[in-house]
Amino acid sequence: MPQLTMAESLNLALDQSMAADDAVCVIGEDIGVNGGVFRITKGLLEKYGEDRVIDTPLAENGIIGAAVGMAIYGLKPVAEIQFSGFMMQAFDQIEQNMARMRNRSRGRYPVPMVLRTPYGGGIRAVEHHSESREAYWAHTPGLKVVIPSGPRNARSLLHAAINDPDPVIFYEPKAVYRAFREDVPDEPESLEIGKAQVVREGSDITLIAYGAMMRPTLEAAEDLVDLHQVNAEVIDLLSISPMDTQTLVDSVSKTGRCVIVHEGPRTCGVAAEIIARLNEHAFEHLEAPIKRITGYDIHFPFFQVEQHYLPDPDTIVEAVQQTLAYE
Amino acid sequence: MSKETVHDRTKVTPSAPELAVKSSHIPRRPKITPPKPRKDISTPTIALGEIPNLQILNEKGEISDPSHEPNLEPAELLRIYRAMVLTRKLDTRMLTMQRQGEMGTFAPGMGQEATQIGQIYPLTKKDWFAPSYRSFGAQLWRGWTIEGLMLLWDGFSEGFEIPDGVNDLPFSIVIGSHVATATGVAMGIKRRDDDDAVVLTNFGDGAFSQGIVAESLNFAAVDNAPIVFVCENNGYAISMPVQRQTGADYLAGRSVGYGIPSMRVDGNDVLAMIVATTDAVERARKGEGPTLLEAVTYRMSLHTTADDPKVYRNEEEVEYWKTRCPLARFEIYLKNKNLLDDAAIERTAAECEQEVIEGRERFRGRATANPREVFDSMYEKLPPELEDQKREYLSKLDRKNEEGH
Ligand SMILES: Cc1ncc(C[n+]2csc(CCOP(=O)(O)OP(=O)(O)O)c2C)c(N)n1
Ligand SMILES: [Mg+2]
Repeated sequence: MPQLTMAESLNLALDQSMAADDAVCVIGEDIGVNGGVFRITKGLLEKYGEDRVIDTPLAENGIIGAAVGMAIYGLKPVAEIQFSGFMMQAFDQIEQNMARMRNRSRGRYPVPMVLRTPYGGGIRAVEHHSESREAYWAHTPGLKVVIPSGPRNARSLLHAAINDPDPVIFYEPKAVYRAFREDVPDEPESLEIGKAQVVREGSDITLIAYGAMMRPTLEAAEDLVDLHQVNAEVIDLLSISPMDTQTLVDSVSKTGRCVIVHEGPRTCGVAAEIIARLNEHAFEHLEAPIKRITGYDIHFPFFQVEQHYLPDPDTIVEAVQQTLAYE
Repeated sequence: MSKETVHDRTKVTPSAPELAVKSSHIPRRPKITPPKPRKDISTPTIALGEIPNLQILNEKGEISDPSHEPNLEPAELLRIYRAMVLTRKLDTRMLTMQRQGEMGTFAPGMGQEATQIGQIYPLTKKDWFAPSYRSFGAQLWRGWTIEGLMLLWDGFSEGFEIPDGVNDLPFSIVIGSHVATATGVAMGIKRRDDDDAVVLTNFGDGAFSQGIVAESLNFAAVDNAPIVFVCENNGYAISMPVQRQTGADYLAGRSVGYGIPSMRVDGNDVLAMIVATTDAVERARKGEGPTLLEAVTYRMSLHTTADDPKVYRNEEEVEYWKTRCPLARFEIYLKNKNLLDDAAIERTAAECEQEVIEGRERFRGRATANPREVFDSMYEKLPPELEDQKREYLSKLDRKNEEGH
């Protein structure tokens, strides 16, 4: 099995999807000759031509609006928004048409498209290039929101997203693009959207994270064993909306304690939703209040200080200890 | 409501000095302008007029349009020249610093010095400037410091501190979004300003594809707002050539649809830029409304330091534009006027280099991250829940410090 980075595995998923189905096309800024600013669409123009690799004028709202129309017409557009910070330009088309067209047309016009976009901090970027605003899209009825954490699940999730009959927001943790390699099989794989994965079994506490936060969370889980003899169960959420409530409830019912980690702002964030669901479905099993380690309710700081904003293993370990100490 | 109540309310208003609209600005009789009469719709063809193209200095440095040559004092011409050289020196130095790991990702402006200095030259202190991110030259002219720009691009928020006495918006990284803000400032000036200030905003050829830029032009046109729109057409939006950004041959032509005047300007000719912008600024100042200028220039360097233009453009094109270098062209002009010789060129280069180096030293002196203040500019008064978060954040910092991270 070849060892790929996430950037490469996403490229592979696009390539294989386009080869398998000529309805699949990609559309976005600088994705053709340039292969995308993160090179995720590299080589696709040469292989599939400009009718399927559509370099657009610089207008995010136009990209999403056009993709919705193409999807209505029977294509399967995979739109790239260069940085998730620039989805704000497309808020109009995402909310008004991408998310609503199926329902508004009473099922006549489904929108089987994907909006791929890099999100998150940690790459020393300028303003607007480090946001994690997945909660906006999870809050939008009609959309699905998924976030992979490594090369292999990124590839499978992207396949699933492209083949999903409904619009999917596909958030790519840009800090992970080239951070590590993983075995990725040649044959296409798919993951079910809406399913979380228990990536580490444990009995003392449940840690829930996703995307780029999986790495500090898993590191914290290792530290907890090594330094504190605490055995944490770790869940990779993978799908923010729909959310796999059952897997979360099962785990927390077993461990009785839970810490949630995300880098997006705290208020009305994904952790808040998870806490609400656990409160509804696992309340009687809880032995301590659920804690969340999140970004703060401020604009993502300039990069010289971004490491202090982002959740890190030490902070997660500390939150776990506090949760365990609760009587 | 009785007369007294109305009176009382206006009395209350001025006691709150922060209020945006002073009572003296509330007109006695509301101004309501009727719409212009609707044009005869039976006209068989629509005449849209002509858009002038301005070049004063050709690429050889010769005067190609004597009738428009501005009458600038020698000292002014040399000041303009020096500003262009300083812009290039800063650009070059920052690229070196970036390559040596001492600077974050930034957008070099090499090749656009004439567009930059030419557009900013006619502005006075009281005017407003709303730049895009590739505007070092104009920002230095306005009073932003070298160390400030370096801090900013190296990821220190301190660099966004607007220098005292400078009426500028912080530059915008979000393509086109500042053009709307700039338009709003102009609409504000029109309603409040006693000294006829104007706004100048610049944006790229790519930015012109953003809906918000279209909306802004339209707002400015309908409001007759005092603003100058400078589209810096440098040929590219990252990898996308302008020919793929528009189906038309010229961006200046868009003004026609909004009913505002425009001009296409050789953006590598600093004299043409000065003349065109001066004219547009005067129009705005006299209350004649907005103007669009398309400055035709070329991004001679990288989109940003994270970019590799070899992937999408060929060397021949770059070589061609090197022969149209705005600095070289202006040097010939100044030499022909006996205002500059080789020794003076070298001296200016050395002085500007020195100025940049001194700025870099000040930058180095200040390049210490201050993570403790990230909450401080969020609100006038931090809400209690954010106070809690701030406390939590600061204690995390303290803990890290103790542990020596
Ligand atoms: C809304 C938005 N979309 C995308 C980007 C990413 N981006 C940064 S610069 C750029 C190209 C801008 O081209 P242009 O407007 O011509 O200005 P130039 O860079 O040539 O000065 C793009 C696409 C962004 N910063 N903002
Ligand atoms: Mg451009």
